[in-house]
Amino acid sequence: MKNMNIMIVGVGGQGSLLASKILGKAAMDKGFDVKVSEVHGMSQRGGSVVTYVRYGEEVYSPVICRGDCDVIISFELLEAARWLPNLKPGGVIITSLQKINPMPVITGAAVYPENIVGNIKGLGVDIRAYDTESIAREVGNPKTSNVALIGLAQTALGIDNETLRAAVAACVPQKALDVNLAAYDAGVKLAGAV
Amino acid sequence: MKKLMLGNEAAARGLYEAGVRFVSSYPGTPSTEITENTAQYKEIYSEWAPNEKVALEAALGAAVGGGRSFCGMKHVGLNVAADPLFVTAYTGISAGMVIGVADDPGMHSSQNEQDSRHYAKAAKLPMLEPANSAECRDYAKAAFELSERFDTPVIYRLTTRVSHSRSAVELGEREEIPVRPYAKDASKHVMMPANAKRRHYDVEAHLGALAEYAENCPFNTVEENGTALGIITAGNCWNYSKEAYGKTASYLKLGMLNPLPRKMILDFASKHEMIIVVEELDPVIEEHCRALGINVIGKQDGVLPMCGEYSEELLREKLLGDERAFCELADPIPPRPPVLCPGCPHRGVFYTLSKLRLNVSGDIGCYTLGAVAPLSAIDTVYCMGASISSLHGACKVRGEEDKWVSVIGDSTFMHSGLTGLVNVVYNGGNTTTIILDNSITGMTGHQDNPLTGKTLMGEKAPNLCLEDICSSLGVPREHIRAVDPQDLKELETAIKEEVAAACPSVIICRRPCALLKTAVRKPALTVDSSKCVGCRSCMKIGCPCISMDNKKARIDASICVGCGLCEQMCRVSAIG
Ligand code: SF4
Ligand code: SF4
Repeated sequence: MKNMNIMIVGVGGQGSLLASKILGKAAMDKGFDVKVSEVHGMSQRGGSVVTYVRYGEEVYSPVICRGDCDVIISFELLEAARWLPNLKPGGVIITSLQKINPMPVITGAAVYPENIVGNIKGLGVDIRAYDTESIAREVGNPKTSNVALIGLAQTALGIDNETLRAAVAACVPQKALDVNLAAYDAGVKLAGAV
Repeated sequence: MKKLMLGNEAAARGLYEAGVRFVSSYPGTPSTEITENTAQYKEIYSEWAPNEKVALEAALGAAVGGGRSFCGMKHVGLNVAADPLFVTAYTGISAGMVIGVADDPGMHSSQNEQDSRHYAKAAKLPMLEPANSAECRDYAKAAFELSERFDTPVIYRLTTRVSHSRSAVELGEREEIPVRPYAKDASKHVMMPANAKRRHYDVEAHLGALAEYAENCPFNTVEENGTALGIITAGNCWNYSKEAYGKTASYLKLGMLNPLPRKMILDFASKHEMIIVVEELDPVIEEHCRALGINVIGKQDGVLPMCGEYSEELLREKLLGDERAFCELADPIPPRPPVLCPGCPHRGVFYTLSKLRLNVSGDIGCYTLGAVAPLSAIDTVYCMGASISSLHGACKVRGEEDKWVSVIGDSTFMHSGLTGLVNVVYNGGNTTTIILDNSITGMTGHQDNPLTGKTLMGEKAPNLCLEDICSSLGVPREHIRAVDPQDLKELETAIKEEVAAACPSVIICRRPCALLKTAVRKPALTVDSSKCVGCRSCMKIGCPCISMDNKKARIDASICVGCGLCEQMCRVSAIG
């Protein structure tokens, strides 16, 4: 398999570190060489946060360049738009429809772009957008949106469902195991249904 | 067993396996997780020191006392620890000692982009630099052998991307090393001129031996792929080079950054038609090559940049002229800078300072974000502790003590604010210091400090009292007051009164960080849109939960923690 380049993007505090941990573990369990690059420090305070996960036969750089990413998993719509230039031709974006206004939008110094999904589709890009908040609410814990997104992305990741699900089980807090697995399964199911 | 580990976590694993007994550090991104992870091993005593100088001195004492030791810090922390750093080369150690320092190319979470490799050269200490998590573990272990063999501390350098990347690490066993017997040797450990003069010859001698060692050490390796192009690189830049060039170039990967080899580099250069040096930050390797008479491509000829982080993309663009196709939206994408969290106890302080039109001498921590719109409250931020000391200087030339305050966090105050406050008192200043006491070291991810009553290893610690400390430093008792920063009225009164006082004064704003488990979380507040007149007063505090929707304020219930600050802003009682 050629190297897979995955980006997990969102807003500081949304749980991107957990998602990258899950993906990294699953790739490692598959026997791939893995590099995961995380963001700690200031951006975690509500800033734009990006995590890179790379796996394949031999991986050196922990960072993914413009035009080089296979799959962007996005927790927030504007962040999907921000990182769009990193997507390679033929890549796919799997995004939550959740919108969080950044401070410049709140203060009126900038506007939140309209119709992001439609405009990205208009560029010929494969973007799949889901209401992950309601999936999370349905399984009973609003904090599981990130795990639901991993389920939604499963088929694009080149890692089988069983391995990925086991990685979810190993990485989430054990007291919230069932609800996270439910969110993951709901994601897998919804992605298959579309 | 193989495990996917963060570079910093792997470094801690290496320290564990090397039989380290003592770790003392001060938190600083991107170095913090090394020490958080050593604290997970019960065999290693780990602590947070109040600052990096104390940490380094404690580690030196432990090493001379016979136990392998480590101290960790970020690049700017090494400035604070520079005084003991330089002397350690002269005294040497007994058991091995390693000084971990993490540089931050690209300044993800720092105030400058300094290159700590200069310290290794200036302080005459060997330096190692790993390129991935497996090497983080290996080099941490090997650093102790090097340290003991050459009787010198070793600097262990990381950069953000290595510290904060995960890759596979093979776990090994811990080597139990007994504490060495202590033997008094004043000629080696009392650094007064007569002894230091002699020791300087020893330093030069072991540096010479280290330079020999560098020519054949396991850290510097060559990968030959033809004679056309040779790349000399180190650390994460090796990863980027490998991605960009693959098998089309030969590599000299340097894992030992001080002393740099000479023969090895000359030999590598002579075998390749063209040499490129790929290194982030300053042209340290490049200057070394040029001094050896090698004509290299690098920063000094303007091909590669001096500033910022490198990447595979940058190398492809600058060196190979290869730009990948990409697509983007026509609409501008608004930036998303970090913000103070919902319910952050600092928000009300910066709002009030802004409202009172006071100039603010700021400091390093989450609260640096008080500089960002709409709060825009902070005038200056330099380095840890500078809020108090620099304001003292400003007021000595300008007067205007009633127009300025300094603002500093609890952990930063203990780090290096104390001496600034002593200076204010001693030299007759009458500035006002606001200490934001949120019961934790916030920005670096919640570490305990001398004011939190708990140690890194979870033990109970004496509860130092800020009021008592400031009082014993000489601030008059009646001008030390504690307020709840969530009570805007009380806060405003306190600030107005203390800036007007003709003596040094301290206001302690006491409320736990909103992210702490102990912080009170209340149900989200809502806006009664029938009452809201759309005046935007509640927007002035810059809470990320509040936005305007159809000329009425709206609170995002999914992130609001019900702190009640916005409620105090609304004149028509629409929020509740
Ligand atoms: S919306 Fe109001 S109550 Fe909620 S976190 Fe922000 S300031 Fe506090
Ligand atoms: S302060 Fe009150 S009236 Fe003014 S916009 Fe906010 S909620 Fe509406």
